[in-house]
Amino acid sequence: MESLLLKTGGWFAIALLAFVGIMLANDSGFAVHMTIVALAALTAMWVGMSRTDYAALARGVLKVPADEGVYDDDPVRWGILATIGWGMVGFLVGLFIALQLAFPALNLGSEFTSFGRLRPLHTSGVIFAFGGNVLIATSYYVVQRTCRARLAFPTLARFVFWGYQLFIVLAATGYVLGITESREYAEPEWYVDLWLTIVWVAYFVVFVGTILKRREPHIYVANWFYLSFIITIAMLHIVNNLAIPVSLFGSKSYSAFAGVQDALTQWWYGHNAVAFFLTTPFLAMMYYFVPKQAERPVYSYRLSIIHFWSLIFLYIWAGPHHLHYTALPDWAQTLGMVFSVVLWMPSWGGMINGLMTLNGAWDKIRTDPIIRMMVMAMAFYGMATFEGPMLSIKAVNSLSHYTEWTIGHVHAGALGWNGMISFAAIYFLVPRLWGRERLYSLRMVNWHFWLATLGIVLYAAAMWVAGITQGLMWREYGSDGYLVYAFSEVVAAMFPYYVLRAVGGALYLAGAVVMVWNVWATIAGRQRDEQPMSMPAYDPARDRPLAAPAPQAAPQPAE
Amino acid sequence: MSYDALRHLADSWGLVFLAAIFVTCIGWTFRKGAAAHHDRAARMIFDEDVDNG
Repeated sequence: MESLLLKTGGWFAIALLAFVGIMLANDSGFAVHMTIVALAALTAMWVGMSRTDYAALARGVLKVPADEGVYDDDPVRWGILATIGWGMVGFLVGLFIALQLAFPALNLGSEFTSFGRLRPLHTSGVIFAFGGNVLIATSYYVVQRTCRARLAFPTLARFVFWGYQLFIVLAATGYVLGITESREYAEPEWYVDLWLTIVWVAYFVVFVGTILKRREPHIYVANWFYLSFIITIAMLHIVNNLAIPVSLFGSKSYSAFAGVQDALTQWWYGHNAVAFFLTTPFLAMMYYFVPKQAERPVYSYRLSIIHFWSLIFLYIWAGPHHLHYTALPDWAQTLGMVFSVVLWMPSWGGMINGLMTLNGAWDKIRTDPIIRMMVMAMAFYGMATFEGPMLSIKAVNSLSHYTEWTIGHVHAGALGWNGMISFAAIYFLVPRLWGRERLYSLRMVNWHFWLATLGIVLYAAAMWVAGITQGLMWREYGSDGYLVYAFSEVVAAMFPYYVLRAVGGALYLAGAVVMVWNVWATIAGRQRDEQPMSMPAYDPARDRPLAAPAPQAAPQPAE
Repeated sequence: MSYDALRHLADSWGLVFLAAIFVTCIGWTFRKGAAAHHDRAARMIFDEDVDNG
């Protein structure tokens, strides 16, 4: 009772503070955000106070199986649903801004729907809302299974989930309202950054706590990758967001760094967001879900450890390749380039390790669409980690930088690697988490696979052609030393590729819609009546004993 | 410490220090008996004696 009183009082105090923030707000955006915080605190207070068992209600709505099993899977289920929900928002906004680039009228003449405000909504939506939720959910799932222990600090684990959703809502509404630090992939302002820091530390405590209470002596390699993600993102997030707010009641802050130091801090963060948010934890998913789905241990456990240490030691230095031919000292640019090129080796070692896990079971690519998705994800991981080092070479970068080629590269990695491995993990988890015998439909997984793959191919191919066209047009000099093309002419030349890119994005979104339907029906407990993906060949006409051999003429005696 | 001193520390002893840790981490996986240990670790996720999904 006393702890309930304390909790209720605590939430109420936070709500009161938020009210003070609304009253004293310097700008309307800050007032809107404090309103959201106040509402969230009051909701938390209400849920804590009221005698209604909301957790039980939620389990009813989400059709959670009555037997909850040994492990604490509620936050995992919420995380999977949040992943799918935010993913649809992120993909949809992505398609919309792709269409805006082709048809600028879609900016709708409003500041709230302009490309500049919707783009961070898309990037953060897919990276942090879709990616972040799938990482929190799968890390909770994997760490419990591989440690043979329930989550440590169950209340804190739930706080991490809801706190992270609040972070997403504050970030997303902030972008639309024009609240931004203008730091790539780190746009949220200072107070949202502080909130995320609190949530992230709680996440670290839950994860490490679970590892410490493990019943399994060895810490499985997937947990190493997850832990590197949690620790490094904390470090990157704090250093990159060091800033001084203009006022405690305003949304504007200024970075602690200036000039080229600021640029380098930002890209040290930016590239390591790619490394430690979009690579290492997704590799953790690869090292757990691929062996489980293929029912074979990972090809080489030693290689997985070498893969881990090589990524950790190399990735952190690659950031300066985003600042080629800028005010950054030449030696730092070269350092970034060299480390990026060296990274090719561990990346491909990891890809080969994942793919070779299927050694001796390659037929599963034909018969199991989930394995097919995983293989496509690892193939795109390999492709993107080949293309990345290539783009980081200064000579290549002088053509590719600032062009659509970069966008194509990012999406080959994000749609192909992060998207596909996440979808595969969702298809793996949903029947297990909801206690269903199987997915609603495996054939729909196949549809999702082909829609997504075709979408990525259209997207990446369009952006390669667009980027190289753009780069060549920008650097084209006439015989008298003038630039041949005006910037507007280069923009006009992009139109067909922008349309093609939007078509690719629409296909990818269509695949995700198929997933929503499939997951929904699986949770509802339905099973689609369908032909299995593969059947051993059977021909009744040949299913009979051999006919008796025809009597042969007696051999003629030799002469 | 001046920028210059830090920079020279980083590209001499700092580099040696990090490289040494890296080589140790990689070398550790090649120690005697590691293969059997790795094999057990790789198969651990399939142990069915405990409910592990």
